[in-house]
Amino acid sequence: MSSSIQGARSGSTANSLRAPSFRLGERIVIGLLFGAAAISVGVTIAIVISLFAPLPGFFEYVNPWDFLTGTLWAPSFADASFGVLPLVAGTLQVVFYAMLVGIPLGLGAAIYLSEYAGNGVRKIVKPILEVLEGLPTVATGLFAVFWLKPWIQESTPFLEWTSPFSIGVAGLTVGIITIPLIASVSDDAMRAVPMALREGAYALGATKMRVALKVVLPAAISGIVASFVLGASRAIGETMVVLLVAGGGSPQLKIGFTEPAGAMTAFIASRATGEIATGTIDYYSIFAVGALLFLMTLIMNMIAIRFVNKFREVYD
Amino acid sequence: MENNNKVAGNEVFSLSNMSVHYGESLAVDGVNLPIYENEITAMIGPSGCGKSTVLRSLNRMNDLIPGAKVGGQVLYHGQDMYGPEVDPVQVRKLIGMVFQKPNPFPKSIYDNVAFGPQTLGMKGDMDEIVEGALKKAALWDDVKDRLKDNAFGMSGGQQQRLCIARAIAVKPDVILMDEPCSALDPISTFKIEDLMMELKKDYTIVIVTHNMQQAARVADRTAFFTVDTERGEGSRVGQLVEFDETSKIFSNPADSRTLDYVTGKFG
Ligand SMILES: Nc1ncnc2c1ncn2[C@@H]1O[C@H](COP(=O)(O)OP(=O)(O)O)[C@@H](O)[C@H]1O
Ligand SMILES: [Mg+2]
Repeated sequence: MSSSIQGARSGSTANSLRAPSFRLGERIVIGLLFGAAAISVGVTIAIVISLFAPLPGFFEYVNPWDFLTGTLWAPSFADASFGVLPLVAGTLQVVFYAMLVGIPLGLGAAIYLSEYAGNGVRKIVKPILEVLEGLPTVATGLFAVFWLKPWIQESTPFLEWTSPFSIGVAGLTVGIITIPLIASVSDDAMRAVPMALREGAYALGATKMRVALKVVLPAAISGIVASFVLGASRAIGETMVVLLVAGGGSPQLKIGFTEPAGAMTAFIASRATGEIATGTIDYYSIFAVGALLFLMTLIMNMIAIRFVNKFREVYD
Repeated sequence: MENNNKVAGNEVFSLSNMSVHYGESLAVDGVNLPIYENEITAMIGPSGCGKSTVLRSLNRMNDLIPGAKVGGQVLYHGQDMYGPEVDPVQVRKLIGMVFQKPNPFPKSIYDNVAFGPQTLGMKGDMDEIVEGALKKAALWDDVKDRLKDNAFGMSGGQQQRLCIARAIAVKPDVILMDEPCSALDPISTFKIEDLMMELKKDYTIVIVTHNMQQAARVADRTAFFTVDTERGEGSRVGQLVEFDETSKIFSNPADSRTLDYVTGKFG
């Protein structure tokens, strides 16, 4: 018996630990997959470099401090001024109004989906949310210009509606766009809360509402906050709606609801038309605003990732 | 016949011909079981024979599982627990539960215990309620200096005693325990067993355990469940084989399957 085992070991390759072939096909596929990963990283790096490369040119003309704290944005005036705050204020107002809509509706939808909806409802509502998330924002923008803005204007005669544009309506519209994102990320966070926690609360005589609000919501809070940050970051980046609904805006810093206002994205989209001459201050200013926008979004997303990781630590 | 027969108190639960379906599949069937006041009743039997299923039907925890359906009759102090007017939330206020894996809320130790009393809007000084419950759960001395710390920082045994404290803080009538020691070390297990002996003065306790020594140590009466093998291939329906005083189940059971199980020949 034992001799036959030994014979098999030495005499044939049946027990060899070496690979039977070079597995060329597998190596090629791995190479292609690596190439795909490398290209996407490479392109991202190239975008960041192209965004930041023109900055020295810009700051040759403009003092960085004046750029960050100036309250007049008039790059094409004869007496040009490059204070970015009016654009930043426009962007932040969009974010503010957007969160006014996105947080309560997105979170409400998430609580409903995660804690109340049956499987049947979920199966219908989740895909609808995903479709909404992918809806071209220009369509949402048109809806806002021709339907939402007139309707809000009519229902609020006590506000001073003097312009066809409104930063407030733009923000609320962007808020609608963020609802699916906030709802779906918050829903995932709440569904990740172990059933055992809910059962622990039910076993104490808690109602469904109390379980949802006092146990699941606090347990999922990092994921929920992350969804808010992602929503805000989406609002910062939104361009089309702001361009359509808030208009170009005045060069001055303005805070309000019914005024037109520029935002960082909308400025870039309206100026970077291809006619613009490379190396001019106009050209540089686009990149300066773009780089600032990139940094703001990056910071927001890093905050969101931190929250999500903190959430994971608790239950993994 | 031994003459150490226990005098049975009031029946807290009376199960007659009780069954549970999960969707189409029958999990347990034909359970007839009384559970007496201020006693510890143990449920033992091989894995998958429906012990947890029966336990969870005693406080309508099964309502949370889509498709779960209880048949037959479950009386609680003579009331039909699955009657149309019964509110499951009300049921669970009276019948608390401790789970297999400690499941404290991700809150402070204090807030974990206070959650139930706050839920029920209990009157009285919350600090006193929390202290009382922690003392009853033999946890007060361990945690009195760190009530504001997160419960996740406690050891597994402490977490489980916290879950017991949380359950008794609402002053229930019954405490159901589903393998409460299965995730714990022997020392924590003994602490919880001591605690159960102490608690049965005030509460009725039903415990599921896979640990026969534990049933023998703590339970006044024991119910032995198994999978019914006479229902044909492929079906795995749990059934109650025998229910009696614990000493009888372990020394002189009426059914040979019980004897095989408690002597370790099976399961
Ligand atoms: N949530 C559930 N959904 C479907 N089947 C279940 C569920 N919980 C338990 N079962 C089934 O019911 C039977 C009894 O399970 P359980 O009560 O957990 O047994 P035990 O606690 O004795 O190990 C098993 O066959 C199990 O697969
Ligand atoms: Mg079980």
